[in-house]
This record gives sequence, structure tokens and C-alpha cells, in this order.
Amino acid sequence: MEYQKYYVPESSKFPIFAAISLFILIIGASSTINSLDNPESNASLILYTGLACFLATLFFWFRQVVKENNAGLESTQLSQSFVYGMAWFIFSEVMFFAAFFGALFYVRTFAVPWLGGEGEKGLANILWQDFEATWPLINTPDGGKAFVIAAKSMSFPGWENISHWLPIYNTIVLLSSSVTVHFAHLGLKKGNKKTFNAWLAITVLLALIFVGLQALEYYEAYAHFGLTLNSGIYGSTFFMLTGFHGFHVMLGGLMLAVMLIRSVFYGHFNEHKHFGFEAASWYWHFVDVVWVMLFLFVYIL
Amino acid sequence: MSSVIESHHDDHHHGPAKGLMRWLLTTNHKDIGTLYLWFSFAMFLIGGAMAMVIRAELFQPGMQIVQPEFYNQMLTLHGLIMVFGAVMPAFVGLANWLIPMMVGAPDMALPRLNNLSFWLLPFAFGILLSSLFMEGGAPNFGWTFYAPLSTTYAPPSVTFFIFSVHIMGASSIMGSINVIVTIMNMRAPGMDLMKMPLFVWSWLITAYLLIAVMPVLAGAVTMMLMDIHFGTSFFNAAGGGDPVLFQHIFWFFGHPEVYIMILPAFGIISHIIETFARKQLFGYESMVWAMLSIAILSFVVWAHHMFTVGMPLAAELFFMWATMLIAVPTGVKVFNWVATMFKGSISFETPMLFAIAFVVLFTIGGFSGLMLSIVPADFQYHDTYFVVAHFHYVLVPGSIFSIMAAVYYWIPKWTGNMYDERMGRLHFWLSFVGVNVTFFPQHWIGLAGMPRRYPDYALQFADWNMVSTAGAFLFGASQILFLFIVLKTVLGGKKATPQVWEGARGLEWSVESPAPYHTFSTPPKVK
Repeated sequence: MEYQKYYVPESSKFPIFAAISLFILIIGASSTINSLDNPESNASLILYTGLACFLATLFFWFRQVVKENNAGLESTQLSQSFVYGMAWFIFSEVMFFAAFFGALFYVRTFAVPWLGGEGEKGLANILWQDFEATWPLINTPDGGKAFVIAAKSMSFPGWENISHWLPIYNTIVLLSSSVTVHFAHLGLKKGNKKTFNAWLAITVLLALIFVGLQALEYYEAYAHFGLTLNSGIYGSTFFMLTGFHGFHVMLGGLMLAVMLIRSVFYGHFNEHKHFGFEAASWYWHFVDVVWVMLFLFVYIL
Repeated sequence: MSSVIESHHDDHHHGPAKGLMRWLLTTNHKDIGTLYLWFSFAMFLIGGAMAMVIRAELFQPGMQIVQPEFYNQMLTLHGLIMVFGAVMPAFVGLANWLIPMMVGAPDMALPRLNNLSFWLLPFAFGILLSSLFMEGGAPNFGWTFYAPLSTTYAPPSVTFFIFSVHIMGASSIMGSINVIVTIMNMRAPGMDLMKMPLFVWSWLITAYLLIAVMPVLAGAVTMMLMDIHFGTSFFNAAGGGDPVLFQHIFWFFGHPEVYIMILPAFGIISHIIETFARKQLFGYESMVWAMLSIAILSFVVWAHHMFTVGMPLAAELFFMWATMLIAVPTGVKVFNWVATMFKGSISFETPMLFAIAFVVLFTIGGFSGLMLSIVPADFQYHDTYFVVAHFHYVLVPGSIFSIMAAVYYWIPKWTGNMYDERMGRLHFWLSFVGVNVTFFPQHWIGLAGMPRRYPDYALQFADWNMVSTAGAFLFGASQILFLFIVLKTVLGGKKATPQVWEGARGLEWSVESPAPYHTFSTPPKVK
């Protein structure tokens, strides 16, 4: 095998800019959050400055990598590094969700039943003796003193009401988007850029629809169900899991949209070279799998 | 941000850029390794100074030097800085310097990401340290930041703490992705997995652990943030959550984390013992399998940190037995090191002294760990100085001795100069005596019932606390000597040969000392 040179840039301004912007960003985020009850605070300006700098740095950084690739500096080995890198990044994301799913399983299996007096540590019931363990937990153990009791949960409402149940539409939209992004991939592998662009555009559209539906669901929860972050552990796990998932959908949708723009306006990607798109589609499938888990453990079971 | 792309035909003749910009913009694994190591040294001295404050206060019973509130902040920052600022970055620095050279790669796989991984750290720790000057003071809830101490009762600076932990985690994850990709994708032809140097193996496993658990830590601090500021009730029983949930999530991260701080040490010690015993390492394959077993077991033992919190009996038994199982692969490693030395022609240069001390003292820490793993016994030892003695034995003469051993072993390769052997040995003996005088008596005062984390104690513990403090200051002072030795070696000294040590084997010893700025632009032949 002939040896290809591994491209190592001599130096780069991007990482230090990224580090400085993240520094500004987290100072801004911490100060903003610490002064939430102070309407005169300008801390959010720091936050937005940091965020803008960070996004700009990422934009220029990725643009540079794309340029290097198009200039032919990449080698099979370097491309392989990106493949491994993306795979392990997705693994780290899996573990981030694992923490929140772990919390959900723990409270459902142990903490809530114990507070209700069941199980080996049911002694915990002496804290609030009127509390009965149920899931979804609507009545908080302290009877709504510190936390707000919601009117209704987001769980499966029974077959007769399924047509009014948003999550089922979310599921259909997101599962189909995984299929459409796969069709785009198949088209690209055959060298058919038209098919690719069309299916990819449909996928991005589905991503937008999903985010819209999710926003609608949150609006319903806050405005009509009284279900908020303050609704005890059910609200906490519900909003944190679906919230982080929704955030990842936006991220994945943004990645796919960038790929669409690159393909349509800059003519990037062909049947041999398209890892940028593949990485984004892996990420999309990952987001989809997380949703399936959410649908099962947050909504149905 | 120009987009001019030049082709590089003359990599071999390229030196580094000059001045500050070299360090800010570098993509070179050796530069980044150096940055990590100096950063870690700085954090080691800062965290060490905090330890001196703690020990000075404990020199006598009663309150003499600091307020209890400030004592708590010192205790917390000492732990956080030593774990995330000193030990972990030191190992990442060694990984940066050594892994590309050991596997015959031109650099790390993702050089720009590598720079970002490092430069996030000074900012993250800058923020953490600045919390000392914030209203309400620095975090004061211990390095394990248990809820509700870290949520309901935390000072306002906890928000800054949370975000700085996020940044440290991001740095670790990116660094680990880089290490794994480098090892999987950048090995020279012929460098099969089972031919890799053990330091590379240890880091492959460590990086996997890091990517698996740092996101869980991020999840834990995110839940804290939400509980404190946004009304969720993850760790609040009144809303149906559970403070114990925090401990489960934290230790699911925390236990693999303690192996993250020891596995690279296993790799280092294997190389050093092999070199100075002038014998091939005994049981290479079993070393790899032992490290893999330890890594896998590390995911199913976390609750042994919380035996007294009130868990179902079945859980206590499971976590007890799983924990004891770890002694088996660890024992394999210790026996392999001893067997490597057996009938070797050993010489006792400074790295070897640290390595042998590591084997003995780490084993002591391992045995006290076994004692702690026994549930009924742990009810007695929990939250006493016995625990403090245990984890300082595995971390100071364990992790930190291995880092010092590595510095003495590879510094001729880094600088091209030999360190001063007599001063190195003096540093070793001062540290060795200091560390044992500090921490061995803590076993006794712990068994006698002295609780950890308090700034004051009952009179019967006075004598051994005094001894412990004397040892701590001896150990602390001898690290100033270490700094001096390192600086002296960087500035000059006897020139080192490429192989440096008579018994040294491996690709990094095949290049000149100091190693050229770019090594292995074309891959070397691996036999």
C-alpha cells in the first residue's frame, strides 16, 4: 500500500478562539442564571456575546475543514479519523442521555415506591404519610407545598383518545424522517444528487415539523395541563428528557440543513465522498433511537 | 482566518513558531503535551498549598488558623483541583507526548481538537478558582458535591462551579476521542493491538472510560443546576426525587473516574519496571486483560461508596462482592510486576525507585480498599480518616508517584538532558518518607473514630494529627525540590542518548533526544 501523508495543520487559530468564546459563554451563563431575579442585570449580554463568538468560530472552523477536504489534503486515513471521531462523539451523547434515563428508572423503580411505603426502604413513607406512589406522579409527596401539582400528565391517554395525543404524531414524523434520510443516502450512493437533495430536504422539513409539534406540546403542558418544571419528579424527568432530546433534534436538523445547503448551493458530496452528510445522518438516527426510548419509557409505560 | 492552504513538503525541517503564539495556536502533540504537563504541575502546587492549609489547621485540636467555612472551601477545592486539574491533565499530557511516538504516528489524529481540549482547562480552572473571591465564597460541599449540600445549601458560586465542570468534561471527552482515534487509526503498519506498549493500552481503556462517564457527570451537574434555579426536584424528596439519586449518578461517574486516575499509572509502571529490571515484562497479555476487566468491573461497583446511605440488602451484597472481584485483576498486575523484577538485573535510578514504591504503597491502598468493601466493616470505617488514608494511598503514592516516575523516565527524551540523579533520589526519599508519615497514621486515627471533613477534632487524636501534618509539610516542601529539578533539566544537563536507558524498549527510544518537533512523518517499521 502506498503511504499517504497525514495532514497536520501547522497551527490553527480556531481552537483558542473557541476556548475563549466558551469562557465568555459560561461566565455569561452563570451570571445570567445567578441574577435571574434581578431584572436590571445585563449578564445575558455576556452570554449572547459568548454564544455568537462560539458559533462564528465553529462556522469558520468547519468551513476550513471543508475547504481542506476539497483541496485534496485529506487522505483515506484522515477520513477514517473523522469516522471514528463522530462515532465516539455519538457514544458520549448516548451516555449523557443514559444519566437522565437512569434517573427516571431510579425514581420510578425505587424512590417513588419507597416514598409511598412500598418495598425494602418503604420507611421513607414516614416523611409524608398520606402520599401514595403512582406513576405518572401527579400528586407530589408534600401535597403540593413546595411544588405545583399538575392537572394531567403527558402519558398515553388510552386508545380512544389516541388521535388527540401529540406524541403519536411526533413519533410518526421522526421515524419517517429516519427513513427519508436513509433514502437520501441511498440516492447519493447511486450518484443521484437530485434524489439526494429531495429526500434530504424532506428530512429537514420533518425535523422542523417535529420541533414545531414539540413546542406545541410544551405550550399545552404549561398553558392547559399546569405541567411545568415545578411539577415534581414527573415534570422534572419529562421536561429534561424531552427537552434535551428536542435540543438534539434541533442540532441534528441544523447539521442536515447545512449538508443540504452544501449540496444544493456548493455542489458538495458525490457517491464516493460524503462523510459530512453521513456523520449528520448517523447523528439523526441516534436522535431517532433516543426518541423511541422516550416514547416507550416516558410516554407509554 | 485565511483559507490559504499550503502543502507541506518540508515537515522535517520545520521548527516551532516563536513566542506566545506557538503555545496558543499549536497543533503539535509534543507542544500540547508540554502545556498539559505544566498546567498540571501548576494545579498540583495550588491544590497542594490548599492541602497545607488543611493540615496546618489540623496540626492541633481547636480552631487556630482559618474559619470553618474557609476550611470547607479549601477541602472542596483541594479535591477538585487535584482530581480534575492535577492528576487527569498530567496523564493527558503524557498521553499527548508519548502515544503518537509509541505507535509510530505523525501526530494525534485530530490536532486542532487537541489544542482546544487543552486550552479549555485554564479557563475552566480560572473560573473555579475565582469563585474564592465571589460573594458567599467558593464551593464548600466537598469534591463529591452531594445534594442537598450542593443544591439547597450551596453558595451562589455553585452555578460557576457547575459550568466549569461542564467545560472540564468537554475537554476530557474531546481529549479522549482524540486518544482513541489516534490509537485505533494511526498505528504504524505492523503495530498490532497486542504489540502495543502497555501505556498505550492503558490509555485506550482510560479514554473509553472517560467518554462513558464524563457525560454522566455532565448530566449530574445539569440536574443540580435545574434543581437550584429552575424548580425541578431530582434530588428533593418533597417532589418525589431523592438525594440518594445524586449519589448514585455521581458515583456511576465517580468510580470509573478513580480508575481513570490509576490505569495510565499501570501502563507507566509496567514500562519502567521492565526497563530497569532489564527483563521483558512478565505476562503482557494478562496485563491487558487485567486492565480490561478492571475497566468493565468499574461500572458495576459504584454503590460501595454509599453502603451506609440506606440501600436494599441485595444491593449491598452485590456491590460488596463485585468490588472484591476487582482485587483479582489488580492482584494479577501486582504479581506480574513482582515477577518481572524477580531475577532481573535491577538498578535503582529515580524512576525505578518511584515505581517500586508505587507497587508497594499502591498495594497498601488496595488492601485498605478491600477492607472498606466489606459492608459491615464499612459501617465502622465510613466517613472516617481511614477512608482518607485509603484514597490518598492510591492517589498520592499511586497516581502521583507514577506521574513523577514518568517525568524522570521520559524527561531526557523530552528535553535531551539527563536530570540530576542525586537530586532525583533525594526527591524520591523525601517524598516517600513524607507521604507515609502523612497518611499512614491516618489509618489509625480513622479506625479510632476520627471523622473526615471536620476542621476540629477530639483530643485523643492530637498526637497522630501532629505527626501527619509534619509529614504533609515534608512532602509539600519536597515538591519544590521537584520543580527545581525539572527546571534544571529543562535548562541544561548531561546530554541524553537516543535510548537514554540501557533496558529501554519501544519506538520513542528510537528517535533522537530531545525528540524532533515532528516524528514519524512516514511510519516506522515495526518488528
